[in-house]
Amino acid sequence: MEYKDYYETMGVAREATQDEIKRAYRKLARKYHPDVSKEADADARFKELGEAYEVLKDPEKRAAYDQLGANWQQGQDFRPPPDWDAGFEYSGGFGGGESAHFSDFFESVFGQAAGRAGGGAGGRGAGYQARGEDHHARILIDIEDAFDGAERAITLHAPEVDEQGHVRTRERTLKVRIPAGIKSGQHIRLSGQGNPGFGGGPAGDLYLEVGFKPHRMYSVEDNDLYLDLPLAPWEAALGAKVRVPTPGGAIEMNIPAGTKAGAKMRLKGRGLPGSPAGDLFAVVKIVLPPADTESAKALYRKMEQDLAFNPRAALEA
Amino acid sequence: MENNTQTLVGVVVGDTTFISLDELCSACTARVEHIAALVEEGILEPSGGSSNDWRFPGSSLYRARTALRLQRELEINLAGVALALELMEEVQQLRCRLSRWERGVE
Repeated sequence: MEYKDYYETMGVAREATQDEIKRAYRKLARKYHPDVSKEADADARFKELGEAYEVLKDPEKRAAYDQLGANWQQGQDFRPPPDWDAGFEYSGGFGGGESAHFSDFFESVFGQAAGRAGGGAGGRGAGYQARGEDHHARILIDIEDAFDGAERAITLHAPEVDEQGHVRTRERTLKVRIPAGIKSGQHIRLSGQGNPGFGGGPAGDLYLEVGFKPHRMYSVEDNDLYLDLPLAPWEAALGAKVRVPTPGGAIEMNIPAGTKAGAKMRLKGRGLPGSPAGDLFAVVKIVLPPADTESAKALYRKMEQDLAFNPRAALEA
Repeated sequence: MENNTQTLVGVVVGDTTFISLDELCSACTARVEHIAALVEEGILEPSGGSSNDWRFPGSSLYRARTALRLQRELEINLAGVALALELMEEVQQLRCRLSRWERGVE
């Protein structure tokens, strides 16, 4: 197992005060929090940061960690010395996040009970709860799945505590019906697919938060779809009938004469289903034919001579 | 590995569905008072007069979970959470528009 240098993770000196540690945490947490971060590895970084802070913010744990000595390097192969933590007393009461699942290193140093999912951190009111906990997972689907509805197999990994108190990752595959018209950010609730209940109580639910995979042609806003529609200059200038793809199949669309680049043309009800169904907006993009042959060049020259067109008239007011 | 070959049909928690305070608490692993504080701050807007009658639009689930995560993990107070949520929504809309625009000029 690899040694974790919590001081390095938090970018503080081993002698840092508790206040300095707190400040470092807050600054890095704002940078790497998956809800606000743009960094590609935000999830992993935030998890490591959470683990480091869990240890360093707590003087008892920090002292126990420091006891391992300062000679270890980040990533170095680590075996805890036998009985190294004898004489340390933990007041317990871990308030980890709902899915706090710390590294093997953390568990070997602070015990498995400490690294277990926070559980009690939230809780539904005081006292014994017979219903199992609800679980959450995020799934990415194709825009077409939301258009037609689909059946998808999803594989979930959930930390689970076995009879011996070890935390293991349980993997399970579920086949789930994706209902047509689902939007990004919405949840699908699967009754009884969360944690088993206690003492014969009902199981919790599983919530799947839906997001869309990036699409080659469409982008989504609420249940409207946007599509870039390339037009030749003569199609835009003279009007045309063009074929436009929609998730429900290609349709013919009339382009009025004098259509400008950037024009948003609405195909009502051709977006994602719903009540009312979303629209599909074709955003006009005018594509110039290359002047790569003599005849093409001659055509451009003829336009230049015949059209008396000044594209920068507005700049010369 | 455990396989379940039966196809599961779920319920969409969306704009037209409403969830109760109990359901929201359990889906967020939060106490009633945490959710009530989000309502007090205007972060969640249930219909119904008293907390017993509160009915939350489905979109509250996403908002409540994000708010509670920000509050717990960034150690910010609720006014800060409310502001962060508004700015995050705006950033998301702008990013969406920006990505469309960038595709358009390619």
